[in-house]
Amino acid sequence: MGLNEKPLSTLHEKSSFDLADFEVPTGREEAWRFTPLSRLKGLHNGKAEAVGHVRVDVDAAPEVTVETVGRDDARVGKSFVPTDRVSAQAWNTFEKATVITVPREAVTSKPTVLTLTGSGDGASYGHIVVKVEPLAEAVLVLDHKGSAVYADNIEFVVGEGANLKVVSVQDWADDAVHVSHHHAQLAKDATFRSFVVTLGGDLVRLSPSVAYTAPGGDADMSGVYFVDAGQHLEHRLLVDHSQPNCKSNVDYRGALQGEDAHAVWIGDVIIRVEAEGTDTYELNRNLILTDGARADSVPNLEILTGEVAGAGHASASGRLDDEHIFYLQARGIPYDEARRLVVRGFLGQLIEKIQIEEIRERIMSAVEAELAR
Amino acid sequence: MSTLEIRDLQVAVEDKEILRGVNLTVKAGQTHAIMGPNGSGKSTLAYAIAGHPKYTITGGQVLLDGVDLLELSVDERARAGLFLAMQYPVEVPGVSVSNFLRSAVTAVRGEAPKLREFAKDLKGGMDALSIDPAFAQRNLNEGFSGGEKKRHEILQMELLKPKIAVLDETDSGLDVDALRVVSEGINRFRASGETGVLLITHYTRILRYVKPDFVHVFAAGRIVEQGGPELAEKLEAEGYEQYTKASA
Ligand SMILES: Nc1ncnc2c1ncn2[C@@H]1O[C@H](COP(=O)(O)OP(=O)(O)OP(=O)(O)O)[C@@H](O)[C@H]1O
Ligand SMILES: [Mg+2]
Repeated sequence: MGLNEKPLSTLHEKSSFDLADFEVPTGREEAWRFTPLSRLKGLHNGKAEAVGHVRVDVDAAPEVTVETVGRDDARVGKSFVPTDRVSAQAWNTFEKATVITVPREAVTSKPTVLTLTGSGDGASYGHIVVKVEPLAEAVLVLDHKGSAVYADNIEFVVGEGANLKVVSVQDWADDAVHVSHHHAQLAKDATFRSFVVTLGGDLVRLSPSVAYTAPGGDADMSGVYFVDAGQHLEHRLLVDHSQPNCKSNVDYRGALQGEDAHAVWIGDVIIRVEAEGTDTYELNRNLILTDGARADSVPNLEILTGEVAGAGHASASGRLDDEHIFYLQARGIPYDEARRLVVRGFLGQLIEKIQIEEIRERIMSAVEAELAR
Repeated sequence: MSTLEIRDLQVAVEDKEILRGVNLTVKAGQTHAIMGPNGSGKSTLAYAIAGHPKYTITGGQVLLDGVDLLELSVDERARAGLFLAMQYPVEVPGVSVSNFLRSAVTAVRGEAPKLREFAKDLKGGMDALSIDPAFAQRNLNEGFSGGEKKRHEILQMELLKPKIAVLDETDSGLDVDALRVVSEGINRFRASGETGVLLITHYTRILRYVKPDFVHVFAAGRIVEQGGPELAEKLEAEGYEQYTKASA
């Protein structure tokens, strides 16, 4: 149960589509205690009026359909219920949702890329539904850039035996504020791979969650982040094992440098009474490159059944190893480059897991660009 | 012709005095062996010359062709032509051998080697040291056996072509075949006559392959005796007792 007084499972109990069911956070709540509320620009207290725009451009694989729909569309809001104030605010405020459908048994021939571009003209709210029908396979890239104050919910509905790989890159401009919830719902034998890359923005708070509706689901959630001076980059993972024989693996790594660079990583995994045969592991590692940077890393694992196949978690935050740097420098490599090699190696070990070369290289070069700054 | 000149070098670790005035000159074309008991300060000498941050220089000078190395950063010393083969090479996760070597060669030469040329040099170097080419893709020293690490140190030396190489117990932990392969590497490096070698060892067996010109006995942080190759044989037969007693 860690630091929490209440069991983990109760922290995620409250869910509602009604904004009035959520009080405005004060910062004392377990779920908000790390987030600098004053920098949310009103996304959490109803003061961020929806006057701005985040444009959504879709470069879709030919096999998928892309629609822009209204709030009343039957496919929207079926796979999740908001569990916090900002998620509920986004749900109640968005006007148009993007719905992407991968038809039954379709195997997409290329990644579908959604580019979300903030135009810097005020707050806005979004909603995306990605529906992968049974036995279909798809790769989706979400590319966030520009300047925005933006809250959204994204539903990943992965059908029976289907396979969805998602890469979400948050490479916002320096002043952006983004609070996002990724809700993955896995049907029987569904496979979900999520890779999150968070580099830019003043404050990014991303909450990826996984729910299972039947046995056999397999979720892998990885992420890398690079926090510069003054940035607050927060990732809050939740895997709710409520079905037997499902798997989950969570692996996030971050590097931090500069005054008031702040990373927060929360990894909540619940294994409920019914979830026998669950196999789960979660890991977070942080590399702190300078003084003045801080990483808060809190893995929580609550096991309510006696029959798990495997369950573990680990978290480690440390400094750059002097011996590594000395070895590289002793071979003539200047300090800055030695440091870059080590950081790139640290994050690269995770990025290498991405099987799609095009996407792997894209992420590697985004990280390279960040390191070269 | 290069010269490494160590003048009255004094070094402390965490306020503990380890080196108490070391004097030694290594010229191009020469091979000097340093032998001495455990804890006498041999690695301290090697690390201090290379600039490891753990060691504090409390006195003396180290000159490479007249340039005071102690004024330079670790990487500048390496680029000036100094190489240290470490007693315990460090594992660096996530950094591949080939990527590391290319960065090092680029830094030392001051320009990136042509890709094809570099690949050829690397392959040749690995072949000569009986290193499996697959190691190029592995993480630096990660999971390497003791002997594999030592061979990689010599590979780096051959690729970086320093003026002076300090080899700290490169022979320890090697089986007979590896010892021969590594010795051949050192001899290739010496062959030009334009490089100097400072070889730290506990055993005369490497000195049968790599003939030293001078042998120095190290005890309690300084050189207590010097001689020719015959001194090594004497040490092997009699041990260090007479020196440790004398310096205690
Ligand atoms: N961090 C440290 N703190 C305190 N003492 C240290 C530290 N590092 C080294 N020493 C001491 O310095 C002395 C010299 O060590 P050094 O490693 O140079 O010996 P060496 O001659 O290379 O020994 P070996 O033959 O075992 O390799 C030893 O007494 C050692 O314990
Ligand atoms: Mg030693």
